[in-house]
Amino acid sequence: MVYSIKRDHARFRSIVKGKIKQDLKKYITHGEMFAKKGKETVSIPLPQIEIPRFRFGQKGQGGVGMGDGNPGDAVGKGEQQPGREGEAGNQEGQHELEVEIQLKELAEILGEELELPKIEPRGSKNLTSKVDRYTGISNYGPDSLRSFKRTFKEALKRQLASGTYDPENPIIVPIRKDMRYRSWKSDVRQENSAVIIYMMDVSGSMGDEQKEIVRTEAFWIDTWLRSQYKGIETRYIIHDATAREVDENVFFKTRESGGTLISSAYRLCQKIIETDYPLSDWNIYPFHFSDGDNWSGEDTRHCMELLQNFLLPHSNIFCYGQVESRYGSGQFYKDLIESFTNEHEKVILSKIENKDGILQSIKDFLGKGK
Amino acid sequence: MALPPELSAIRDEIRQYAVDYGLDFFEVIYEMVDSEQINALAALGGFPVRYPHWRFGMDYDQLSKGYTWGLQKIYEMVINTDPCYAYLMKSNGFVDQKTVMAHVYGHSDFFKNNYWFSKTDRKMLDSMANYAVKVRRMMDRFGQERVESFIDCCLSLENLIDPQLPFRESKKEPEQEEKSLEDLEREGKLHVERDYMREYINPKEFVESQRKKIADEKEKEKKFPATPQVDVLQFLMEYAPIEGWQYEVLSIIRNESYYFVPQRQTKIMNEGWASYWHSTIMTQKALKDSEIIDFANQHAGTMAMAPGQVNPYKVGIELFRDIEDRWNKGKFGKEYDDCDNIIQKEKWDKKLGKGREKIFEVRSVCNDVTFIDQYLTPEFVDRFKLYTYEYNRRTHQYEIVDRDFKRVKEKMLIGLTNMGQPFVEIINGNFENKSELLLTHKHQGVDLDQRWANETLRCLEQIWQRPVNIETEVEGQKKLFTCQKGQFNEKST
Repeated sequence: MVYSIKRDHARFRSIVKGKIKQDLKKYITHGEMFAKKGKETVSIPLPQIEIPRFRFGQKGQGGVGMGDGNPGDAVGKGEQQPGREGEAGNQEGQHELEVEIQLKELAEILGEELELPKIEPRGSKNLTSKVDRYTGISNYGPDSLRSFKRTFKEALKRQLASGTYDPENPIIVPIRKDMRYRSWKSDVRQENSAVIIYMMDVSGSMGDEQKEIVRTEAFWIDTWLRSQYKGIETRYIIHDATAREVDENVFFKTRESGGTLISSAYRLCQKIIETDYPLSDWNIYPFHFSDGDNWSGEDTRHCMELLQNFLLPHSNIFCYGQVESRYGSGQFYKDLIESFTNEHEKVILSKIENKDGILQSIKDFLGKGK
Repeated sequence: MALPPELSAIRDEIRQYAVDYGLDFFEVIYEMVDSEQINALAALGGFPVRYPHWRFGMDYDQLSKGYTWGLQKIYEMVINTDPCYAYLMKSNGFVDQKTVMAHVYGHSDFFKNNYWFSKTDRKMLDSMANYAVKVRRMMDRFGQERVESFIDCCLSLENLIDPQLPFRESKKEPEQEEKSLEDLEREGKLHVERDYMREYINPKEFVESQRKKIADEKEKEKKFPATPQVDVLQFLMEYAPIEGWQYEVLSIIRNESYYFVPQRQTKIMNEGWASYWHSTIMTQKALKDSEIIDFANQHAGTMAMAPGQVNPYKVGIELFRDIEDRWNKGKFGKEYDDCDNIIQKEKWDKKLGKGREKIFEVRSVCNDVTFIDQYLTPEFVDRFKLYTYEYNRRTHQYEIVDRDFKRVKEKMLIGLTNMGQPFVEIINGNFENKSELLLTHKHQGVDLDQRWANETLRCLEQIWQRPVNIETEVEGQKKLFTCQKGQFNEKST
């Protein structure tokens, strides 16, 4: 039987996601189903589109039920299926909610909401990844991979052929020769890979709020890029007057004080790229977040040189996000504009004024699809 | 996929039991399907080929999520066709399959013999497939978006049909006879043989009242439609300014809607009847000792009662059993009704033995409304703990109101009448002489949901292409809702 249901399903999904038929958007209800997963109750999102019809007001009707209870007792309806016409609506019950959503789906939603283009990977697929797959059966192998079904099948065949099989007393005893084992093949796959290098200014002027913004933004960028590339790598650099590479945890938690030499971060970034990420194999995305307060004009000039000579030619895009800070002058943003203008194809600048600005900023960064 | 040998042996066995019990069914063709297929089929209403529409995808989404998370499972599906197609879920246990088969023969017998199904298209499998082809062709020609949007509009009105229509003799409109001048002159007067009697036979007042009556009738004829039109889809097909393909779509939606009406009219009876028979066949004939537990488990699951709901399977099967018992013992009629000795009534047994015969008769002639109306008894309401509930505005929850027989029955009937939907009909196709459409909602105590009423009007307007109105009542106040170019207006009348 061939069903057209997959097509109908895809169409329904697109309507729910708002891609087509916007006029139905107002009929979408975001219901949910509750299921048990271990001890927890999980909520499964169940969007529905209601077709408008003449129907009775929900509260008016009441109805007939079955079971125990005295007049005045509440009628529990917590676990009820989404109501159809004539049935009363759902009562809210006490539920531990856990919204089930996959990171991949999240990225999809983000992509759709912001209308992010699909990223076109650069470079040849030089990176290989090896995947082992159990595809066949062989006559030898370790016991742990023994295929019971195949082994017994062989034994049965042998017993049938040799006439030792008795249907009245179907005992099958495999011997050494009957043993079959699962065998695997190694699949070598060529892949594009990407590395994101996050750099953050942790000088005294970057407060908790600024870091919160950077963290949120980094998370979403990460999610999006991960949906586009397999095997993405992330590196984290923090800097004040000197730069050092840290792990994710430290990156988001550190608050240091001191001056700011942005060039130190760029230099470290260059070093990381040079040693670990040959240009031909990698898509490189450096992101730099700062409040835009560099120590000196001298250092800024140095930064521009580094960008011009190394970072830009090696990166897919270079993103600079400037977080508004009470202390920062924001000078670096202006300097970047001066050196590269707004049109430079690899430099993307974005100002993030507050938390609400994050969405727009992500769009600035990723909207070009590089 | 055809049945594996062990199941087809069982099918033959169960089929024979069903025949022996006197069931008279369309031959049943069983198909084995996996969970994905059964979810897909269920979403499509049991028909593998239907026109493309997102709502099937939506139902599929819900069913497959529910299945994946172990919240629901469809054991069986059966469609009203001749031969009757039934789908069995592959993963069902052996006993489940047996039960389901017995259940399906019950359904098939019901489809074949219940009066309300008698006018349905038994070749619906083919018809649906033809509709699918037609709609796909339209989509190729006019664009998927356009056709689908029109279908969306039609679906909003899908329930505005006349369930009684298939059972009415197709009455031809009486031919308009041209009246001669002479007739016109004589109008309103009785025939007079002798002149001197004229004043007495046709006194002035009489003539005038007669004339008025005729004038009224003429006025009525000018009305459009002449009588209120319940079948809104039919009316639109005839009078809305639509294109050929839109006419086709309306007709498809209308046919499908009429096809599904009897199933909605006989939910309790149909499931009750099928359950009665799976239970009877299994417990009296087909079950092996080792299978009792599995059967009891599944049967109990089907009959489970959730608070605040009436399980049609449970009410149906118990009501059939109750009727059988009453007619076996003669617990009906004037003598029984007049008896007011409870103990005597309890022990009443005239050894009539007419129970089986009676339930076969009931399954032939009743639908849910008449089923409940005629056979629900106070004893039954009491035994199965039926109650009425209502929404309490003060506590914001549904609360049990009472267990009074009359109220329970009344409430149940209200829920079943017109399949639980408001009565809406077209009364004027040229409202205020501006070719606007006027509908009326026959208010029976419960208000319309205003938001959805407005949205429905919007869909109607898109088809009628002129403003549409509906008269209704909101909290005791007569209102007129209007939709003009997608804008809603409300006024008290």
